Amino acid sequence: MSALAMPKVSGQAMSYQLSSGVIDLALHRNPCNEIGSLSLDELESFSHALPTLQQSAHALIIYSDLQSGFCAGADLRELFERSQSMDKEDTVKGVRNFLERIHRTLNVIDASPLTTIAAVHGVTFGGGFELALACDLIIADKTARFCFPELRLGLIPGFGGIPRLKRDVGNAAVRDLLLTGRSFNATKAQQIGLVSQVVAEGEALRAARATALQIGKFDRETSAAAKRFIKPIPHDELRQEIDIFCELFSRPAVQAGLKKFVESTDQQPYLP
Amino acid sequence: MPTADQTLDEILTLAAAHFKVSREKLSPDGDFFKALGIDSLQTLDLLTRLENHFHVELPDYELQGVTDFRTLAGKIQSRL
Repeated sequence: MSALAMPKVSGQAMSYQLSSGVIDLALHRNPCNEIGSLSLDELESFSHALPTLQQSAHALIIYSDLQSGFCAGADLRELFERSQSMDKEDTVKGVRNFLERIHRTLNVIDASPLTTIAAVHGVTFGGGFELALACDLIIADKTARFCFPELRLGLIPGFGGIPRLKRDVGNAAVRDLLLTGRSFNATKAQQIGLVSQVVAEGEALRAARATALQIGKFDRETSAAAKRFIKPIPHDELRQEIDIFCELFSRPAVQAGLKKFVESTDQQPYLP
Repeated sequence: MPTADQTLDEILTLAAAHFKVSREKLSPDGDFFKALGIDSLQTLDLLTRLENHFHVELPDYELQGVTDFRTLAGKIQSRL
């Protein structure tokens, strides 16, 4: 069966399908597409399928099927629970392995010759923000919010967020997002150059499809060459980010921060 | 520029309409988490809608500990 006729591949956390030259990757793991081992397994499988799929495609759209938002980031509950069942050394090894895998996966998406679009709405936090940053374009509806809340846990973003954000926007905006942990709405994100289009609530996917249709008019090799030229992958900084994350993760303060988050009954746990 | 009372009134109207709560049940000094029955993700949704409505930026940390509409209105008023 050719990739053009490929049926939808449905997982527990996400599904993908190819239609008319556009690959749709839909996230659908409740409550808000938190990225834990299940999501990583499925995202990794998708990245393995991508080289074949992209032979019959010109664009990839990543979006969420959930009303709650695009993605709330790493699954902190799973991270905390796993860290409780292992000794410190094994926990850090496990975290490093997880990060290496997610980096490889996001690098595949980042470097894909397809034009990649994140169509986002609602919460686009932490690892969810980092997934969007691996894409070439971010199209946001007016409900979208972007945030790196990691510092409140005593960590930095670990899925490649800082190098990719630095690649795309000015350092002042990077520092604002990173060091204050505050969230930006879609309008602010567009002002700093992060978001290419802001659309009405519920319209991000439609706008992404229209954009993908436009992209399909161009020669694929030319689009891929242009992308390689203007979007280098910051490999060295991505490696450094993993090292810094693992170094920070081994501190007791991080375990305390994770415990506090997981056990929180605060009505504002997402507010830094 | 709207007055503080007008800002407060607009917030109450917007919150009631979006979260489908009777406007009369919302008190300016009441706990909006309880009155609206919202969780943390919905709080972010409310924050976004208020920013879009009033064309202001409200850093999340300024809202830490804010639980009533009147204080929220004051935060917005200071950025109009």
